[in-house]
Amino acid sequence: MSATNEIVQDHGQHHHKDLAHHFDTLEQQHDANTLGMWAFLLTEVLFFGGLFAAYTIYRYKYSAMFEEASNHLDITLGATNTVILILSSLTMALAVRCSQTGNSLWTGRWLLITIAFGLMFLGVKFVEWKHDYHIHLMPGKDWSGKDYWHWQYAKKAKDMETEAHKNGSAEHSLPDRKDVLADNDPSLGVRGIQESQQARLFFLLYFCMTSLHALHMLVGFVLIGIIAYFAYQGAYSPEYYSPVENIGLYWHFVDIVWIFLFPLLYLLGAHMGH
Amino acid sequence: MASVSLESETFKKFADVAGRDNDVNYLNHDHSITSWLFTLDHKRIGLLYLVTITLMFLLGGALAGAIRLELLTPKGDFLTADTYNKAFTAHGIIMLFFFLIPSIPAVLGNFLVPLMIGAKDVAFPRLNLFSYYLYFAGSVIALTALLLGGVDTGWTFYTPFSSTYSNSYVIVMAVGLFVVGFSSILTGLNFIITVHRMRCPGLTWFRLPLFIWGIYATSVVQLLGTPVIAVTLGLLGVERTLGVGIFDPRLGGDPILFQHLFWFYSHPAVYIMILPSLGVASEVIATFSRKNVFGYHIIAFSSIAIAVFGFIVWAHHMFTTGMSPYAAMVFSLLTFSVAIPSGIKVFSWLATMYGGSISFDTPMIYIFGFLGLFTIGGMTGLFLSTLGTDIHLHDTYFIVAHFHYIMVGGAVLGYMAGLHYWWPKITGRLYSEFWGKLSAGITFIGFNFTFFPQFILGYLGMPRRYYEYPDEFQVLNVFSSAGATILAIGYLMPLVYMPYSFFFGEKANSNPYGGSTLEWTNTTSPPSPHNFEKTPVVTEEPYHYHGKEAAVVSH
Repeated sequence: MSATNEIVQDHGQHHHKDLAHHFDTLEQQHDANTLGMWAFLLTEVLFFGGLFAAYTIYRYKYSAMFEEASNHLDITLGATNTVILILSSLTMALAVRCSQTGNSLWTGRWLLITIAFGLMFLGVKFVEWKHDYHIHLMPGKDWSGKDYWHWQYAKKAKDMETEAHKNGSAEHSLPDRKDVLADNDPSLGVRGIQESQQARLFFLLYFCMTSLHALHMLVGFVLIGIIAYFAYQGAYSPEYYSPVENIGLYWHFVDIVWIFLFPLLYLLGAHMGH
Repeated sequence: MASVSLESETFKKFADVAGRDNDVNYLNHDHSITSWLFTLDHKRIGLLYLVTITLMFLLGGALAGAIRLELLTPKGDFLTADTYNKAFTAHGIIMLFFFLIPSIPAVLGNFLVPLMIGAKDVAFPRLNLFSYYLYFAGSVIALTALLLGGVDTGWTFYTPFSSTYSNSYVIVMAVGLFVVGFSSILTGLNFIITVHRMRCPGLTWFRLPLFIWGIYATSVVQLLGTPVIAVTLGLLGVERTLGVGIFDPRLGGDPILFQHLFWFYSHPAVYIMILPSLGVASEVIATFSRKNVFGYHIIAFSSIAIAVFGFIVWAHHMFTTGMSPYAAMVFSLLTFSVAIPSGIKVFSWLATMYGGSISFDTPMIYIFGFLGLFTIGGMTGLFLSTLGTDIHLHDTYFIVAHFHYIMVGGAVLGYMAGLHYWWPKITGRLYSEFWGKLSAGITFIGFNFTFFPQFILGYLGMPRRYYEYPDEFQVLNVFSSAGATILAIGYLMPLVYMPYSFFFGEKANSNPYGGSTLEWTNTTSPPSPHNFEKTPVVTEEPYHYHGKEAAVVSH
């Protein structure tokens, strides 16, 4: 632990070295910093809130299709990521505890372990997104001549996967694009277009919400990295640990967002089975 | 305040403090350009905002001039239809997001919040500077969108026009607003924490000046409302780029969802603009009536009430979209209820002035104008919150006139009043009272001349956002355009005499108007870099004129 109790002279007044000039006491500084982070998280709740509101409305309007579309997501990967993220919250809590007791070394270590869990999460997420892309869950304009066909492709891929499961084989191939009808193919009737529009909305929300969440994790890595560096430098002490506590609050918030996303996106269609 | 009261000896003490040139203060302690651009001093950051938003105001005003010039004649002869769309869109966006929303909070709030609560600075000075640069970056991006060719969607960005059909620079503009939105959020966050945690000893919540209550309520709205518009603009951008129908009904989306999300922020945004002005009015009226504010607690709570009601009335912008009639009834009732705290404030101010020793200085003249215009603006709001009349008046010039009475008559006049009131504190100089009063009078006359005819035009059925109109509307439109030139003169005058006074004005003492709050009683004009020589200790309510000899200070 560094010499944090050292009192330095500033403007003829006694000032703790960690006390910014515009605060009177360390306690006031700590309270202001913590309250500031809580207020920021409140903003974040409303930031994600817009997406959750959109989700709620479309899920209500198109509930059947939302369940069907949800069934195309990989619950195993989602659940794995949930466990990983909860573990990262545990290590973050341990980092905060260590900073409060003045254990700088373990503060830094637990922070780095938190980043490692976070990277693991994003690794799993990346594999998952790649798979989602291959089975054409990614909504968007089609660059080929055909008008909107992603949903028909995704459905066919799902059917082939189910078929393979029934036959007891773990391997299954992806459908050939040539065999896939366009969403507006006359043989599908009006339902074809409607279903694909509604499924697209689900996947749009899925990609927006998970990528916004991932973006928050990336920002978190940078901040945690900086604070871990300062922790190794011995910058934090039982009198001054609010940066560690605040990054902890931020990280738990990111975790909690995922705790909401997982059931809303992955478990929604789980009862439909494979 | 505090150990310092308004007794004449005390005044003498502060009157002795000479002008800024002899003392070290926040303006002269360092003259380098970097000391301004990288300053962490809330007072200097306030001045950075002042310069930037004034430039944006001039640009927005010039666009308003173009609009009024086009509407001088029934035919479209000055602007094409397309340019006209872009002009009113740019006018709306610049005036709302880049002038009105940051006006009082970012300029006067930054300067005054720490001074009024006896703090050395805001809670997060670096974040404060960062907010300014976010604002600056957002402005640059928005101006880029205008230079590239502008946006033609109206400031409301209604979908699916904005998401699918418009061929203008919607995404660039949305990015600009997204960035400036975060500037607004962080400013609000900073003020909330500052008011909670930085108050000097003895300054309890109910000893806070009412301006602080207004800024506090505003900050809460900024913190809670702005992220919603940010994510909405984000979704709009996604829809435009990917061609996925989250708002476009052709692709399965719901355009009404956009309107709900948009107004969930943009209605409270009206209160971001007006609440600080209400705070300024309380300060100015108390000082220039030399009386304790009537109903201090109820004025403070009505600010909070307006902020709360502001969040639950948004759908009154959407009565004509075919929403459920039951929802419409609820929103109509809630909208009526906003009139209650607003009315409480107006009557409390009148009661404050009653029996007071009123002096007719420039800030007070501006506030008189504010009172009349805010009341008319508020009352006409009731026409629009009534379901039946709204069907007739929706999207007509009536609504244009209504919100200009609130946003220009209320917010801008309040801002001008505040700027004049605290100008001696900000600069240490006095502006010319003659020109000040003249500009306040001309602004008031010009404003009514411009916007009152629009009430009648709207009632007669002239829709907003058209560049042509039937011949029978011409007389009233000529009135309106003529009034706009008078209004422009009223606005341009302070741009001359205020900078002039900054360099050549008479030096101000620390409290030229006899204000009773901390920034007047315990700091010099202009304040020293660290605001207070020693941390003040407050022992009294903010307005304490009763039982004390009112000190009349010549200036």
